[in-house]
Amino acid sequence: MSAVDKPSWTARVREAGVRAMPPERLLPDTQPAYMSSWIYIFGVLTIAALVIIIFSGSVLGLKGPAWWHYTGIGHFFNSIHLWAVELFFFFMVIHLWGKFFMAAWRGGRGRTWMSGAITFLTSIAAAFTGYVSQQNFDSQWIATQAKDGLNSTGIGAFFNVLNFGQMYTYHVLLLPVVVIALVSAHILLVRRTGIVPPLPLGELAIHAPAADPPGAGATESAA
Amino acid sequence: MAVASPTVTLAAIINLNHPAAYAHWGFFQMSVPNLVVIGLMIVVFAAAIALPFPGSRRRRSRS
Repeated sequence: MSAVDKPSWTARVREAGVRAMPPERLLPDTQPAYMSSWIYIFGVLTIAALVIIIFSGSVLGLKGPAWWHYTGIGHFFNSIHLWAVELFFFFMVIHLWGKFFMAAWRGGRGRTWMSGAITFLTSIAAAFTGYVSQQNFDSQWIATQAKDGLNSTGIGAFFNVLNFGQMYTYHVLLLPVVVIALVSAHILLVRRTGIVPPLPLGELAIHAPAADPPGAGATESAA
Repeated sequence: MAVASPTVTLAAIINLNHPAAYAHWGFFQMSVPNLVVIGLMIVVFAAAIALPFPGSRRRRSRS
């Protein structure tokens, strides 16, 4: 085979991507009928809150601490950012409860479950670094209390929660990148393995059979 | 009598400008705002399971 006939690395990557995630599975025409329940909306509500967090956080980062402390519009965006975080965790915890009680790791969905769990833990770290980056007495109190707690575990050797520059970098760059990457992987895994169906009536979660892949069984038009 | 501005009226619905109250039973201690949020999450979770989803009954009867 000549060099001309050999597929380039870009073609190989494209083919591998299409094999792993066919377009009809990435953006399906239909969704399973069992998704007609309010309990299935909390994942997308969490993502909506994350979008608002990123937008309001970007504005706060562009304007800086003096703006968010001393101007009316700065207070407004500060509050938008805070309440979006509150809603983010509110929706994410209900999403977690719903998926826990329907044993959402069934049917080869273990990686989806674990990526969600790691996203939850990473989000706590992202929120914490936000609380200590406020530049007020509240953030000083939280940072000093957290410093004692973290030092007692030994993890305080790796970072200093009293260091505003360090915590701010974690908050506006490092942890958001990790959270967005994890959420993206989580969504792709959900698309790949399909939405977990409810548990069969009269059976324990541990004995529940694996779900059929998406496309099998009853479907309805996507909203 | 002083007339409150719209901003003051809005802010006066719940006064947050003071330390939170705490619930304390034995070893358990938690702020009332945190308890309220947890209670709301349980209510919303139960409602999400119990309330019918719009259009779901129509689709079920059609199939």
